[in-house]
Amino acid sequence: MSEQNQNGRRVGEVILDLQNISLRFGGVKALTDISFNVKEHEIRAIIGPNGAGKSSMLNVINGVYHPQEGRIVFHGEERKKMEPHMAATQGIARTFQNIALFKGMSVLDNIMTGRITKMKCGFLEQALYLGRAQKEELAHREKVEEVIDFLEIQHIRKTPVGRLPYGLQKRVELGRALAAEPSLLLLDEPMAGMNVEEKQDMCRFILDVNDQFGTTIVLIEHDMGVVMDISDRVVVLDYGKKIGDGTPDDVRNNQEVISAYLGVAH
Amino acid sequence: MQFFFEVLIGGLLSGVMYSFVALGFVMIYKASGVFNFAQGAMVFFAALTFVGFQEMGAPFWLALILAFGAMVLLGIATERIVLRPLVNQPHITLFMATIGLTFFVEGLAQGIWGSTVRGLDLGIQDEPIEWIMDKAGILVSSFDLFAAGVAAALVTLLALFFQYTRVGRALRAVADDHQAALSIGIPLQNIWRIVWAVAGFVALVAGLLWGARNGVQFALTFTALKALPVLILGGFTSVPGAIVGGLIIGSTEKLAEVYLGGYVGGGIDSWFPYVMALAFLLIRPEGLFGEKHIDRV
Amino acid sequence: MLYREAGQFKTSYAADQQIFPIRQDRIAIGLILVVAALVVPMVASEYWIKAILIPFLIFSLAALGLNILTGYAGQLSLGSAAFMAVGAFAAYNFMGRIEGMPVLLAFVGGGLSAAAVGILFGLPSLRIKGFYLAVATLAAQFFIVWALTKFGWFSMDSSSGVITAQEIQILGYRFDTPISLYLLVLTIVAVMALAAKNMVRSSVGRAWMAVRDMDVAAEVIGIRIMHTKLLAFAISSFYCGVAGALYAYAYLGTVEPEGFNLDLSFKILFMIIIGGVGSIMGSFLGAAFIVLLPIFLDVLIQDFLTGLLPPSISSNLQLMVFGGLIIFFLIVEPHGLARLWQIGKEKLRLWPFPH
Repeated sequence: MSEQNQNGRRVGEVILDLQNISLRFGGVKALTDISFNVKEHEIRAIIGPNGAGKSSMLNVINGVYHPQEGRIVFHGEERKKMEPHMAATQGIARTFQNIALFKGMSVLDNIMTGRITKMKCGFLEQALYLGRAQKEELAHREKVEEVIDFLEIQHIRKTPVGRLPYGLQKRVELGRALAAEPSLLLLDEPMAGMNVEEKQDMCRFILDVNDQFGTTIVLIEHDMGVVMDISDRVVVLDYGKKIGDGTPDDVRNNQEVISAYLGVAH
Repeated sequence: MQFFFEVLIGGLLSGVMYSFVALGFVMIYKASGVFNFAQGAMVFFAALTFVGFQEMGAPFWLALILAFGAMVLLGIATERIVLRPLVNQPHITLFMATIGLTFFVEGLAQGIWGSTVRGLDLGIQDEPIEWIMDKAGILVSSFDLFAAGVAAALVTLLALFFQYTRVGRALRAVADDHQAALSIGIPLQNIWRIVWAVAGFVALVAGLLWGARNGVQFALTFTALKALPVLILGGFTSVPGAIVGGLIIGSTEKLAEVYLGGYVGGGIDSWFPYVMALAFLLIRPEGLFGEKHIDRV
Repeated sequence: MLYREAGQFKTSYAADQQIFPIRQDRIAIGLILVVAALVVPMVASEYWIKAILIPFLIFSLAALGLNILTGYAGQLSLGSAAFMAVGAFAAYNFMGRIEGMPVLLAFVGGGLSAAAVGILFGLPSLRIKGFYLAVATLAAQFFIVWALTKFGWFSMDSSSGVITAQEIQILGYRFDTPISLYLLVLTIVAVMALAAKNMVRSSVGRAWMAVRDMDVAAEVIGIRIMHTKLLAFAISSFYCGVAGALYAYAYLGTVEPEGFNLDLSFKILFMIIIGGVGSIMGSFLGAAFIVLLPIFLDVLIQDFLTGLLPPSISSNLQLMVFGGLIIFFLIVEPHGLARLWQIGKEKLRLWPFPH
């Protein structure tokens, strides 16, 4: 079934299919008639100038915004009305453009929170902290420590996240998303505001996640170098409309994309 | 039907009193984003200070000026000691700080002037106006009407101040966007001081009217709490909202007490405004005139 | 014995996730409990037990309740006293209306009733936040006190809603001396504090804090906001309700609805601000502080400043000191005494070689 693509990744079937999505806020059209799909195991990038509707697109995918028109099919099932927390239980995790960590909690607790949908004990059991509740807590702690090892942040696990530098916070946020063991990971500008070394680290983590866990990734990124290097296919948005879709090379040579980025000479 | 109108008008006019307190809230909230729980305590402080100076033998105008001076000092001190160190803290922290301020100001007022209940005489009769009595057969107190007149004058004055003076313009800029206002050189702290002084003035006017009506006593601070549901109804940032909200709360609470109170043992005006505000919140969280706030991810 | 963790290596995650990971802390907590249970009843005077220790413990429990809601789940409430009232009056009704009702069960019933009312008044928190919610909780405060006063049913038709607590009997033993009441309260508070500590270090506590710190992100992670907030309201009100029942049964004996007024709500709020928002330990420190401060001020005015200040100033001075301290703590140490305590411990870990 699966074929090897040019990056040597084994890309599978379509797992997320967005058809003719339109989203309005009052009279403002954020997204107009956008269709594209995401295949299993691939790294799919969404690019576009500021205000093109990229973050709105992610918010539609994980149920924060509800498009007025269009169909969303995830894992072969058409999605009806849904709440954001339901996206999480279906295996969609994400990070945010402006870091959205829980500032008052430690790195460990933040990442533990990422596993919340998998924890089954009620508050009464937890109040007693005996038997099942304790076992569950420990089992999840082990999983979380795996994530911590993976992201190489062992030394800061007990530090309150508010005290961490920006780059590390971004990494912790990725950790929180990974802790949920998502099948689809949405990354909103994971490398914004980072220096070159931090970007390289982050790229490595993203590729490793994709490679080791087979996680499908949709990411928004402004750094074209990064996008062209790591993604399999790219969607280009401009003013809420799709103006390009294809492999990095296709997109690079697309006249409409070039004019959207560089402006058109009149 | 006449009785209904009497209750309604009585309620509307007592609502004007709530509006006074709410006005002070709105101004401070607009200019600094601080939800000033202490506005009620400031009303109490102002009234007590005025009466205190009068008891020391000061004539009306002097006592008024001295009390206003005290309010300005209180406002400046609050800005300097409480607000400035808490700049950029979460709103809820500032809110709790103003609860602390409430206790402090109440203690201070009574510490200086004593805790006894005092009368306050503005020389206005609290009697029904005969002319209206004859024409419509409805009892309307001249004092209430006077209070309504003062409210109208005060709101006009404030509107002119905000609309046409330099300070007013700067203030509106600050209310819109602190950072932007700072970046074009508006001295934020001066503005805050002025706002607190103006809020102090509004508190003084409210204190005088309240005091003349019900005597100057600690219970004033509880009545002033009813400005909170008024704000929820009117929206935290709207001056007309404060007025309309006050009128709605004042009239519904009186009507509810008269027409519903009898069935449940009375005294429902102690909670009716809050429950009404609560019900209203569920339908329209941003208030009648407030701006809708959208969370962005 | 020095306060050191050197040599205490954790070899498993279980060891790292203990309730008190440092051995000296475990010993200290054990010692405090032993002293509180065995030594205090022997040495403390009746005045201390009745007027200071029992109210301190009860207020700690109420502060714990409010801290769960405000400190951990981030929902500000100005109505804690009303939920205490529900607990007290519900326990009174369970005792009075059901023949042979075990008193502990009545306390639990009081707590559960408060939890139910808490959920009801917590519903608005699903749509509103911050000071809007604070005003909404004022509705609970005023409405509940009014209802308990106006409807004779709640106080089993005693005059103006005053209730007089029935005698406490457990397994045939009568709790009528101050020491026995103190030990009963101590046991209940210790157990509930332990339960609270366990909750806040488990996933339910993390869900509360996540909602507090950033609700949008919390929802995207899969936390059900409504469920989490209402659970916080329920558990917080349960704690306040039990505290209210103890307030009536073990402290005052006779209490009227007005006894649970807005002032009491503010007092409990001050306890958590001064003690430490979002800290179990802070609830106890804050309660101790607020219980002791007025006594301290009275002594100060009567014994040391005799004649300098009129005695009538005491209550006003109290208001000013309370208010001033709140502002002081919010500015200087927003995490309250609990944070100071923690800093003290950090220093102690390094002492006497701080570099």
